[in-house]
Amino acid sequence: MTALATVLLWATATHPTLVDAGTFSVSAALVIAGAIGVIVARNPVHSALMLIMTLFGVAVLFLLLQDPFLAVVQVIVYAGAIVVMFLFVIMFLGVDREENLGAEKLRGQRPTSVILAAASLAGLLILGFVGHWTLGAPHVAGPDTGAPNVNLLGQSLFTTYLFPFEATAALLIIAVVGAVALARRPGGEQKVVDAAPGPLAPELDPASRFVVTPPAPGGNEDAEPSGPGNQNGGDGS
Amino acid sequence: MTLLANNENPLFVHGVSWMVLLIVVIQAVVVFGALMISVMLMIWFERKVISDMQSRIGPNRAGPFGIMQTLADGIKLFFKEDLQPEQADRFVFKLAPYLTIIPAFLAFAIVPLGGEVTLGGHRFYLQLANPPMGILFLLAMSAIGVYGTMLAGWASGSKYPLLGSVRASAQLISYEAAIGMTVVMVVLVTGSLTTHDIVVAQATHLWQWNVIRLAVVPFVIFFIAVIAETNRPPFDLVEAEQELVGGFVTEYSSIRFALFFLAEFMNTITMSAITVTLFFGGPDGPVPHLGGFWSHLLWIVPLLWFLGKTIAFLFAFVWLRGALPRLRYDQLMDLGWRRLIPLSLGWLLIVAGFITGGWWGTGLTAAVVVSAGLIWRAAIVGARREDTQAILTPVGRRLWRRPGGSLPQAGDEGSGDGADEVVGGLDARGGAI
Repeated sequence: MTALATVLLWATATHPTLVDAGTFSVSAALVIAGAIGVIVARNPVHSALMLIMTLFGVAVLFLLLQDPFLAVVQVIVYAGAIVVMFLFVIMFLGVDREENLGAEKLRGQRPTSVILAAASLAGLLILGFVGHWTLGAPHVAGPDTGAPNVNLLGQSLFTTYLFPFEATAALLIIAVVGAVALARRPGGEQKVVDAAPGPLAPELDPASRFVVTPPAPGGNEDAEPSGPGNQNGGDGS
Repeated sequence: MTLLANNENPLFVHGVSWMVLLIVVIQAVVVFGALMISVMLMIWFERKVISDMQSRIGPNRAGPFGIMQTLADGIKLFFKEDLQPEQADRFVFKLAPYLTIIPAFLAFAIVPLGGEVTLGGHRFYLQLANPPMGILFLLAMSAIGVYGTMLAGWASGSKYPLLGSVRASAQLISYEAAIGMTVVMVVLVTGSLTTHDIVVAQATHLWQWNVIRLAVVPFVIFFIAVIAETNRPPFDLVEAEQELVGGFVTEYSSIRFALFFLAEFMNTITMSAITVTLFFGGPDGPVPHLGGFWSHLLWIVPLLWFLGKTIAFLFAFVWLRGALPRLRYDQLMDLGWRRLIPLSLGWLLIVAGFITGGWWGTGLTAAVVVSAGLIWRAAIVGARREDTQAILTPVGRRLWRRPGGSLPQAGDEGSGDGADEVVGGLDARGGAI
């Protein structure tokens, strides 16, 4: 680790462009390898791990573009919050078992996906060459005045782009409220304090929401959280 | 002291030479070693203090006062057999301890340990790294640390570790929000993200410390959230022995187990250091005026201040462990989501109001926050009234929710007036549990 840092520091001092190119190729390779891994991995948990690797690579790319703030936010928000939620759902719903990649659920999905991927890649490339459609205009937040990135980002976010920012926030709130409304059983919460004194209603006890019921012997295995035991051994990927 | 206009470390101002490289490498190695040794001492310290609080002797065999006990334990763990459950996911099972310990190491790098030092004509901070995103780096690292816990429990392929890891990740996510909010307050009053600037902004006066500038409440929120974040008692539901065997480390043995243990204590030390950095001025403290030879050693004094403050917080961690019983899971979630997060949000608004509008802003924001709280409270009471047709005292409400059959009927033997009934009912319920 230290030796690596030493080499990197020395190289940064003497050959800056070389280091930039090297860092870019390593992190780009990480991003692409992770992205492929997400699709190829048979186990959803492995897919999620590969996704984290991709997000890390993107964070390094942000660092390379001299924006440490976005890099760290990338790690905090995407790797730290969103993928954790993915993993949560995967573990809780017990879908963490291997998928048969050979099965086609939709007829002709493979050729279609290849065509679509090629088309969108071509579109992106064309747009990238034609103008700033994909890469974005340089210096959206104004010319580089040497002020810290965070200040510029905050300023443009809360002045120029205030409306899109607030609209996004409202959308997220709507999504959360919608999820809660969908997940709640109809009429469940309102009758918790019954008129008749009865046993504690299960919805009343907040602890019961987090308690995972142990598997009934011989019961169905769908609802319980499951470890990786359902998969075949020897998967060293 | 003035704030540095840019976040450049003075070490790199004149470019990178071999001397600079050497300083960086030495810093890294020394911080690494010091952290390892302090983890060793911390484990011993915790065991000794807890023993004293419980009228025991504690470790007393290896070395004077048993101070080498951790080393002995470590050596033993090193040479034990490394078991792996048959149902385990082999790769993730091996990966998880490293995902825990590497963020724990890296997070410490941003802590300012002391002031400036000049060595061989090179000026540098006693701080391993001063990245421009500063304190956010800590949040990122603790976000990564969640994966170690989560994947360890999942990859073990058994029930108890999985339950432990699910608990852990829910807990970490819940309390991270409160931590982030309090960090935002510190960043607001400092105007910079880097830990160096945060410390410099607190220097020279006691009332410049953020704990006083932010009026104590954010510090309390932060400290509670930090205890939860490090999975220490009274928030150690992750490894509640009575319920979960050993939580997510149940299936781990030998050096892999030691790595988890190491990471936990390293996180404790890091979080104490971060608390000192954010709220207690870091290495700030009176420095004696000495001339001659001694002036070359004055850089040690801030370091000693930093160490003293950190040890005080480490003791507080141990103290809380010895003094408080473990929370129930619903209490934990209740405290995190319904107390700490709204409180920190409200306080953040007040701090922001003060910074933008002075006392007027504070008053206005405080009024808004308080009235919003009152309206919210009124809405809750109103909703309850609809359900029960009466606003009951807490005791009465508890009576209302008791299990069926345990309600003392009117006319039962010994039931006099209403008050006696309530007390008797509560006793019955307590006995049932």
